[in-house]
Amino acid sequence: MVEEESVRVVRCGGSELNFRRAVFSADSKYIFCVSGDFVKVHSTATEECVHILQGHRNLVTGIQLNPNNHLQLYSCSFDGTIKLWDYIDGILIKTFIVGHKLHAIFTLACAEDSVFVIINKEKPDVFQLVSVKLPKSSSQEIEAKELSFVLDYINQSPKCIAFGNEGEYVAAVRDFYLSVYFFKKKTTSRFTLSSSKNKKHAKNNFTCVACHPKEDCIATGHKDGKIRLWRNFDDGKKYTYTCLHWHHDMVMDLAFSVTGTSLLSGGRESVLVEWRDATEKNKEFLPRLGATIEHISVSPAGDLFCTSHSDNKIIIIHRNLEASAVIQGLVKDSSISTGLMIDPRTKALVLNGKPGHLQFYSLQHDKQLYNLDIIQQEYINDYGLIQIELTKAAFGCYGNWLATVEKRQEKETELDLQMKLWMYNKKTQGFVLNTKINMPHEDHITAVCFCNAEKFENPTLVTASKDGHFKVWILTDDSDIYKKAVGWTCDFVGSYHKYQATNCCFSEDGSLLAVSFEEIVTIWDSETWELKCTFCQRAGNIRHLCFGRLTCSKYLLGATENGILCCWNLLSCALEWSAKLNIRVMEPDPHSENIAAISQSSVGSDLFVFKPSEPRPLYIQKNISREEVQWGVFVLRDVPESFTSEAYQWLNRSQFYFLTKSQSLLTFSTKSPEEKLTPTSKQLLAEESLPTTPFYFILGKHREQQDEKTNEALESERVQLPLTENIPAISELLHTPAHVLPSASFLCSKFVNSLLLSKETKSEEIPEDVDMEEEKESDDSDEENDFTEKTQDTNDTDLGEDIIHQLSKSEEKELRKFRKVDYSWLTVL
Amino acid sequence: MAGYKPAAIQTYPVLGEKITQDTLYWNNYKTPVQIKEFGAVSKVDFSPQPPYNYAVTASSRIHIYGRYSQEPIKTFSRFKDTAYCATFRQDGRLLVAGSEDGGVQLFDISGRAPLRQFEGHTKAVHTVDFTADKYHVVSGADDYTVKLWDIPNSKEILTFKEHSDYVRCGCASKLNPDLFVTGSYDHTVKMFDTRTNKSVISVEHGQPVEGVLLFPSGGLLASAGGRYVKIWDMLKGGQLLVSLKNHHKTVTCLYLSSSGQRLLSGSLDRKVKVYSTTSYKVVHSFDYAASILSLALAHEDETIVVGMTNGILSVKHRKSEAKKDSLPRRRRPAYRTFIKGKNYMKQRDDILINRPSKKHLELYDRDLKNFRISKALDRVLEPSCTVKTPEITVSIIKELNRRGVLANALAGRDEKEISRVLNFLIRNLSQPRFAPVLINAAEIIIDIYLPVIGQSPVVDKKFLLLQGLVEKEIDYQRELLETLGMMDMLFATMTRKESTSVLQHTSDGFLENKKVES
Repeated sequence: MVEEESVRVVRCGGSELNFRRAVFSADSKYIFCVSGDFVKVHSTATEECVHILQGHRNLVTGIQLNPNNHLQLYSCSFDGTIKLWDYIDGILIKTFIVGHKLHAIFTLACAEDSVFVIINKEKPDVFQLVSVKLPKSSSQEIEAKELSFVLDYINQSPKCIAFGNEGEYVAAVRDFYLSVYFFKKKTTSRFTLSSSKNKKHAKNNFTCVACHPKEDCIATGHKDGKIRLWRNFDDGKKYTYTCLHWHHDMVMDLAFSVTGTSLLSGGRESVLVEWRDATEKNKEFLPRLGATIEHISVSPAGDLFCTSHSDNKIIIIHRNLEASAVIQGLVKDSSISTGLMIDPRTKALVLNGKPGHLQFYSLQHDKQLYNLDIIQQEYINDYGLIQIELTKAAFGCYGNWLATVEKRQEKETELDLQMKLWMYNKKTQGFVLNTKINMPHEDHITAVCFCNAEKFENPTLVTASKDGHFKVWILTDDSDIYKKAVGWTCDFVGSYHKYQATNCCFSEDGSLLAVSFEEIVTIWDSETWELKCTFCQRAGNIRHLCFGRLTCSKYLLGATENGILCCWNLLSCALEWSAKLNIRVMEPDPHSENIAAISQSSVGSDLFVFKPSEPRPLYIQKNISREEVQWGVFVLRDVPESFTSEAYQWLNRSQFYFLTKSQSLLTFSTKSPEEKLTPTSKQLLAEESLPTTPFYFILGKHREQQDEKTNEALESERVQLPLTENIPAISELLHTPAHVLPSASFLCSKFVNSLLLSKETKSEEIPEDVDMEEEKESDDSDEENDFTEKTQDTNDTDLGEDIIHQLSKSEEKELRKFRKVDYSWLTVL
Repeated sequence: MAGYKPAAIQTYPVLGEKITQDTLYWNNYKTPVQIKEFGAVSKVDFSPQPPYNYAVTASSRIHIYGRYSQEPIKTFSRFKDTAYCATFRQDGRLLVAGSEDGGVQLFDISGRAPLRQFEGHTKAVHTVDFTADKYHVVSGADDYTVKLWDIPNSKEILTFKEHSDYVRCGCASKLNPDLFVTGSYDHTVKMFDTRTNKSVISVEHGQPVEGVLLFPSGGLLASAGGRYVKIWDMLKGGQLLVSLKNHHKTVTCLYLSSSGQRLLSGSLDRKVKVYSTTSYKVVHSFDYAASILSLALAHEDETIVVGMTNGILSVKHRKSEAKKDSLPRRRRPAYRTFIKGKNYMKQRDDILINRPSKKHLELYDRDLKNFRISKALDRVLEPSCTVKTPEITVSIIKELNRRGVLANALAGRDEKEISRVLNFLIRNLSQPRFAPVLINAAEIIIDIYLPVIGQSPVVDKKFLLLQGLVEKEIDYQRELLETLGMMDMLFATMTRKESTSVLQHTSDGFLENKKVES
């Protein structure tokens, strides 16, 4: 049934939420944030994503509320358009085509029909603030080419532009100067700080600017952590400034509260500082926000703040400096050294998160599930500090165990390694630290792998290290009569001629362990830990090692640094085949024999899918990404696809995700991202505009369905997805506490109806035009329960009528023929 | 957001014997009092009634000792030959003993001459006991018979001739007046019922049985013989529950602790082992100077008395715990202060502000939280911390290093403070578990204080001491490496089979590239 579309590389979630300041709706119920090519609307109370505003073709670079209608939202993008949205319904109202690459957007209440945008001129880093007149027109797409120049030579970041005192002036900062443009006088004043030549003021650079909402006061943030408050700047000579200094590193963003009584600032310290009455004494702190504060914004109602952080997170904070909600995307700021893993329990993607944490990220919902604190130490956010890094992680025994390795290396000789083993606790539904091993090896650990075979009831872990050893760790029972305890101990240490161990891998049944020592692959018996055999191809160090699976379990694959892929047969202990391929990523599919390999060339990365039993690849896709691909992982699909073409069969049961060097998460799909949203979530989106009570789900849906009968376009979509659509309604009914439900007799008919409706729509499909008439005829019956049965009955009669009708037609024809023949014959006679 | 995370304190495995509740309990005895008897002490029995005197059978005498007396408060010496198995009655007023000549004698503990003499055994009587109804005595003898005697009219009631070898141990049930158990050198333990005049249960121990013990409930039976202690489930008709082989010589005696949770066994290998009666694992063991023949515990385990073959009686008393609550307790706030305002109902316009629960932080953690780094370091360099818990000091130094502020914390110290740091380094630098952290700290100190060297003789002396220590350590490591080289060579000459043995490399290499100038 699925058409043979070409498989494309699709970006799947995990875009930056912290790229620009988030914006609150006027009633503080919603918060908007840019997310790649989309704008996301989140509820401030529940953190849930309510809408995704899709339509831009490139990165969205700015969002602002329409000052004249606070139910509308402007967004601008690199694709050169400004779009106006109705965020409550998630509908695109208008598109203004500007033509230039837009870097930011600003709106002013006094400038009714124009907005301000930052564009760049011919030179790459010369930016201008221009005002764009938005023409009034009823059409959907409008050209807006009327630009008027406001300020030149500004910083591209919207943090460096601020409009003050109800739009009387605009302040812009860049490098060492602050320029203020007065709209009424149409003049620009420029204030310069002592420049970098003076060593004392070397870090005087402006980083951000904010304007007081009521008074003539501009606050600027600086690279050395100072905040300056400028006054009397309408006079070029008599201007004054006062200094506030708490931050020890760059001030990343500033914001005034709505009334202007307090100023908020944040930076690398990840502490939100509230300066009351603009004095140095009165300050309040909200410490330990987790990561560098990138942006601060304030809701128009004044009751909420929000901070965007470098770890792709937005924290919503109450007026009394109490964090109330966290919107967390895929954390991408640290380098991914653990690789991509799948948690066998939650099916979540697991990788490095914020420093010292492992993040569990749901691929289906593009949402972080939770963070597991691995390092469990106070994070000191300081530039140039050598932090403890989480380098390796592995899941074992169906998600019951998690092994993590962390390291801190200050100098060449001082290496601090720690391995931690975490046990899944069913009661608390989380991982609990079981064993901590200091210095498990004397040098860097290169690979960690669990034995996942079923026959091993005793969990086994193998670590390979650059110190030339690999160690086997087993779970031992440590309990006595006083307490029950299990812990991990070293069972075996193996080495091969003091070569560095680079990879390790268990076979599918757990009977063999393959460890690669530089160029040599060694095979060990996992029962006795005896060396069985060695393979050596003299083709460079082994970079990847994996066993074949299922029917191909007799093969062992190794990819070397010199660009050779080798396949050894374990039965004959001989090389089966080899191919010249510079492999960066090699991932076996855990549910089939397929192995995906991504090779790197000067042009880009290519994907090869093959089975170890034959050297011919099943599928090749050239140029999946221009960048280097760093990690890949197979994920089992929830619903298997059915590609009939042989080339795509590897995608039937699993999906392949990969991560590039710039840390964008990509996958292969035939569908566009809009289609990827499941119908249930789509339905939820449409209904979010009304207050969503359980009653609404049951009663409102029914009303909607009646309305939809007329709407044919929706109808057809409905027909495609029959049963699933009613699931939210039913589950909502079942999950609502009994004491808030109306009487059962009232709900019963609706509920039964909602169960039956899917069938109705199916049957409706065939006699669409006749149906309307039939309904008119059966108008006297109001009972909803009978409705579906009736339509089915009428269907039957319909068909019957049809047959009769057709029969009569053919008969008529026949008769006519007869008649003709008869007549001719008669005439001849 | 998330609260302050306290500094990670490195924990190191405690070497040596594991400290458990049992080791604490059984080690909480004073040094033993040794009493010399005339011969091997074959039996010790505590009176079940206060003041818990105990009878010691050795050679041809029976001594009664008071709880703390080192001299016998009473002696029964009217035996022609060796006396055996002096046992108190449940009320503590009568004492029965067997003897080598086959007689069984009953004494009043206030009198001197025997009240009754039961004649009938032809050979030595090694075991006697009172039945639960207090009016009968059970005795087992080397003539293979077991006899039941009536005390009031000193008559023999029953004779059991089922054993085929010496009967050397026995025990009457504490609950049922008709049941008793005897163990014999014919490798069997038999339970007799006086109502049926024959044995009801017989179990095969496998070795000559030296001791039997019925558990207070009567459901379990412990027997000792050979190197084994075996536990039998009597309710299942004498099924073997568990066989314990923890001694390497014959087990001679068994005793149950007063709580019934621990079983003690004494053996000729000069050890007393303590078993848990739930898991039957050895939880503790005592060593004695000679082979143990008898063993008894006083009421509430207050005293352990062990009799040995060399005639020494070892008496251990529990340490008194009266001292601890002598300090006057500080007055705590009343209960109502804690529940103050807890049951206040929220009104309509009230705004509920939750106060976060305060987490207890150590003092050094409080300093670290507020970035008072020098103060945090000072705190862990207090002598109370450095001596008792050097790992905390080292962990804080490591934490400061992680934060990149160790140099700041170490700088700007006066003579007294720097000598305190140096003292700590001198004491702990050579310990392999602390070495990586402390060498780094020592380097930083040398870098910081190099310009002011020679200004204080105290500090200079400390630096010289440190230098000497490092040189010694380097020599030591070199020697270790040499030894390791020799061992490697030896291992290399051995067959490949031995190659799996793991060499534990000592923490070498740390100190070699270490420059010390002072």
